[in-house]
Amino acid sequence: MSGPTRTPSGEEAIPFTFDGTTYHARPGDTLAAALLANGVGLVGRSFKYHRPRGIMTAGIEEPNALVTVGKGGRAEPNTRATDLFVYPGMVATSQNRWPSLSFDVAAIFGLAAPALSAGFYYKTFFGPAKHWMRYEGFIRRAAGLGNAPTEPDPDNFSQRAGFCDVLVVGSGPAGLKAALEAAEAGSRVMLVEQDAAPGGSLLRDPDPAIDPAAMVEQIKALGGEVLLRTTASGYWDHNFLTLTQRLAEPGAVPPHGFAQRLWHVRAGRVVLATGLIERPVPFANNDHPGVMLSQAVRSYVRRWGVLPGKRVVIATNNDDTYLTAQALVDAGAEVVALLDARASGPAAPAGVTVHYDARPSSVSGRKHALRKVTAVIGGSEQSFDADLIAVSGGFVPVSHLHMQAGGKLTWSEEAQAFIPGETPQACETIGSALTPPAAPAIAPAGKAKKSFVDFQNDVSLADIDLAWQEGYRSVEHLKRYTTLGMATDQGKTSNMVALSRLAEKQGVSVPQAGLTTFRPPFTPVTMGLLAGAGARNAGAHVRRIPLHGLHEAYVPIWQPLGYWFRPRAYPYADENLAQAALREARTVRTVAGLSDVSTLGKFEVSGPDAAALLELVCATTVGKLAVGRGRYTFMCREDGFVFDDGTVWRLAENRYLLTSSTGGADRMAHVISYVRNSLRPDLKCSVVNVQEHYAGIALAGPRARAILAGLIGTQPPRHMGYAPGVLAGVPVHVLAASYSGERAFEIHIEATHAAQVWRAIEAATRAEGGAPYGLEAMELLRIEKGHVVVGGEVDGRSTPHDLGLGSMLNKAGGFIGAAGLTRPALGAPNRNNLVGLVSLDGPIPEGGMLIQRSGQSPQGHVTAAARRILEGGAIALALLQGGHKRHGEELIVTSPTRGEKARVRVTSPHFYDPAGERYRD
Amino acid sequence: MYQITCPHCGPRAQTEFTYERTTDSVVDPASDAATAMQALFTRANPMGLDDEIWRHTYGCRAWMVLTRHRVTHEIHAVKAIGPEALP
Repeated sequence: MSGPTRTPSGEEAIPFTFDGTTYHARPGDTLAAALLANGVGLVGRSFKYHRPRGIMTAGIEEPNALVTVGKGGRAEPNTRATDLFVYPGMVATSQNRWPSLSFDVAAIFGLAAPALSAGFYYKTFFGPAKHWMRYEGFIRRAAGLGNAPTEPDPDNFSQRAGFCDVLVVGSGPAGLKAALEAAEAGSRVMLVEQDAAPGGSLLRDPDPAIDPAAMVEQIKALGGEVLLRTTASGYWDHNFLTLTQRLAEPGAVPPHGFAQRLWHVRAGRVVLATGLIERPVPFANNDHPGVMLSQAVRSYVRRWGVLPGKRVVIATNNDDTYLTAQALVDAGAEVVALLDARASGPAAPAGVTVHYDARPSSVSGRKHALRKVTAVIGGSEQSFDADLIAVSGGFVPVSHLHMQAGGKLTWSEEAQAFIPGETPQACETIGSALTPPAAPAIAPAGKAKKSFVDFQNDVSLADIDLAWQEGYRSVEHLKRYTTLGMATDQGKTSNMVALSRLAEKQGVSVPQAGLTTFRPPFTPVTMGLLAGAGARNAGAHVRRIPLHGLHEAYVPIWQPLGYWFRPRAYPYADENLAQAALREARTVRTVAGLSDVSTLGKFEVSGPDAAALLELVCATTVGKLAVGRGRYTFMCREDGFVFDDGTVWRLAENRYLLTSSTGGADRMAHVISYVRNSLRPDLKCSVVNVQEHYAGIALAGPRARAILAGLIGTQPPRHMGYAPGVLAGVPVHVLAASYSGERAFEIHIEATHAAQVWRAIEAATRAEGGAPYGLEAMELLRIEKGHVVVGGEVDGRSTPHDLGLGSMLNKAGGFIGAAGLTRPALGAPNRNNLVGLVSLDGPIPEGGMLIQRSGQSPQGHVTAAARRILEGGAIALALLQGGHKRHGEELIVTSPTRGEKARVRVTSPHFYDPAGERYRD
Repeated sequence: MYQITCPHCGPRAQTEFTYERTTDSVVDPASDAATAMQALFTRANPMGLDDEIWRHTYGCRAWMVLTRHRVTHEIHAVKAIGPEALP
């Protein structure tokens, strides 16, 4: 093709660039229409073979004309030029070519073609690894489409819920009529159209009796919503559909900052007026620029006033194509020949020569422009001089949404097409999708090797034949082996052509050959649209602990924990994290420290059956607790594995407080609710989640008791005792629990009063030489004490016995997990048991594997590593096969990924004060 | 995405709910070990209607039993459970 095929009109010209050259478009032009109008026929290079490709369609089914549009983070690769409306300043570039679109090295030297036939990847993977190594670099360079942008997308994406009585998809004649009728009947109507203009096929074949714009206005006047540039991309359960709406064209600066909107629509009834997609015809070089679908040619001529060619051959097996011949003649093009594969057809326009029993066998061209069409007519070959061939192999009803809705298809032998049938949802298909024109099956006439079926993934008839020859019988296997239909167009133009070939090979009818599944989305969806407002760190609420501001004054190192941030350490100016943590931990061991533990899970359980509920949830005894006493507890899943731990306190006769881990608090709340509401609704008790109601402050160290006594004016409870009190004028719960191994207290206060309590405790602690401590010091303290942590030693695979907690189990049973614990495998002797490790040389690598000698399979792993706080030396907690009986053994900890190693001795996990003497006053 | 009619709140989107388990996989803590493990690891998984426990976690937080068709996803009945629903 050369030179513009459309004279400038009085309308304002819109400037845009394609591969750096400036062109002009008319309002309403797609990029494809504008390029054709400017005489640009070569638009891209193919995925594998780098073959020159042009524009084949006029709609969303386009497999060839993919471009990158926009610049920087706004760039959108693999955008169909036929589904992209030109705006002023639009920057479009071609893809998968080097050094330039018209001169591509890979294509010139035919580098890819011999190597990349069907099943290439599989064959390479089955071969020696070195073959893959040899091919990999080449494939990475050669194969592909556009490049993903490397900069962040500057635009926003919105999401919105929608509700309607009737959702109509498609604004062709049938869709417009259905939407207007529903609106007139008083229904809430949504009408969705992926094009920028309503009308569907009317844009190509106008009907003076139907005025789409006027009908849209009527629907709107009746309260209906009409969404243009909106694609119904997914049809889910219970008539739930996702719509993707373009608020700006790809690559354009959106007027209000939002590029697209994702609609979640629940519809009472869905009407699918999705129409037809035309089938291409396989013949040699049928991917050449200048080979175009018949209806697309008609669209360019009638809708956009563009002549894609001046000397045109038409190849068809149906009557619809004769309309294209008429449109071309009306526009002044020469129809060189109309090749009808059938024995007869309707009347052709005057001056058009029709050849019956005629099929195209190949095309050829020069400089990416079509020059010659060769056909087999009644058994003999004949060539035509032409710059465009308009082809039609019949029509495929757009049944994607129907299939996603769970609908069935019926086979029309006459149209060689699957037609939407029944669906289990409130959904019906109307319009041309139900009545595709008659189009008999036609055997391809050209060489299979260059007769392309899937243009986007470069799959030819020969590839399908090869897959068949190699034993791939099922259509699902064929698809995976050849990658047919797996490109961004999801085989919209290729599936039926391939299926016919497969059926022909098998000697069965097309429906017997089967059909692959249609999955959402119908057309590609921008990832940012799915993230919506959740992008850029906005995926979760920012939640602050009650004392967040107070900690902030110390400029701590923060650590995310559960939903919150907690101070990891409070370093002095010259300290790093490790130094600060060690200092803080030493302060706790020698004087006292205070720490924020507000995020702990907390549940108040009250009522006469409160203990019964807790004895279901907790694997330890609860009922025997005296008022004012508490104890350590842990919880099992039904299969016997520990999932959380905490403490339980009897605050009053029928009132308990249960604490649990921060990270597991939501799961704990769910489990308790399940037990209370579903498993034992008969229990007389109430559960209140008070996790964020109370702030918590831990006060730990040898001076803790004296400090607290001074603050509450009375002797605090002894270890594992509970007492209410008043501190800084605020009522508090004092729980004498210790995580650190020192005499310690948790003081729980109503969150709103937490700050004054913290200040009072901090002042008193500092007066004694103490200081606040963070999570890192807490970790050093608990490892030395041998306390487990959920997510570390409690990893979902450890039983109470594995963790050394077996003796605490409720002997009477009856708790959740009691039955699971009786499973024989949970009592096996080689299970991973919790042990301590003492290093015999350097630091122990966390996460390292435990082995006896190098080359051996790991016998366990290090869950947490630390150093002794007051003495020197490295210690760790680990899970080791049969570990309870291996104390004293020497092992090696190795971390090959970090290149670290240490010799260790297996010990009890309780390194510090194993008898618990420091808890006693 | 399902539309589930919460007995307390009316029709709501599935995203507000969490699935717990089928009623036949409820483990009675009082049952013997063999029965409990049978319930936990062996499901009927019928190709038809099944009773499932769900919770309106991001709504009223109440629990319910859905009678749902495992092939068509049609929800035939929703029944409130919990202390308030006891006879």
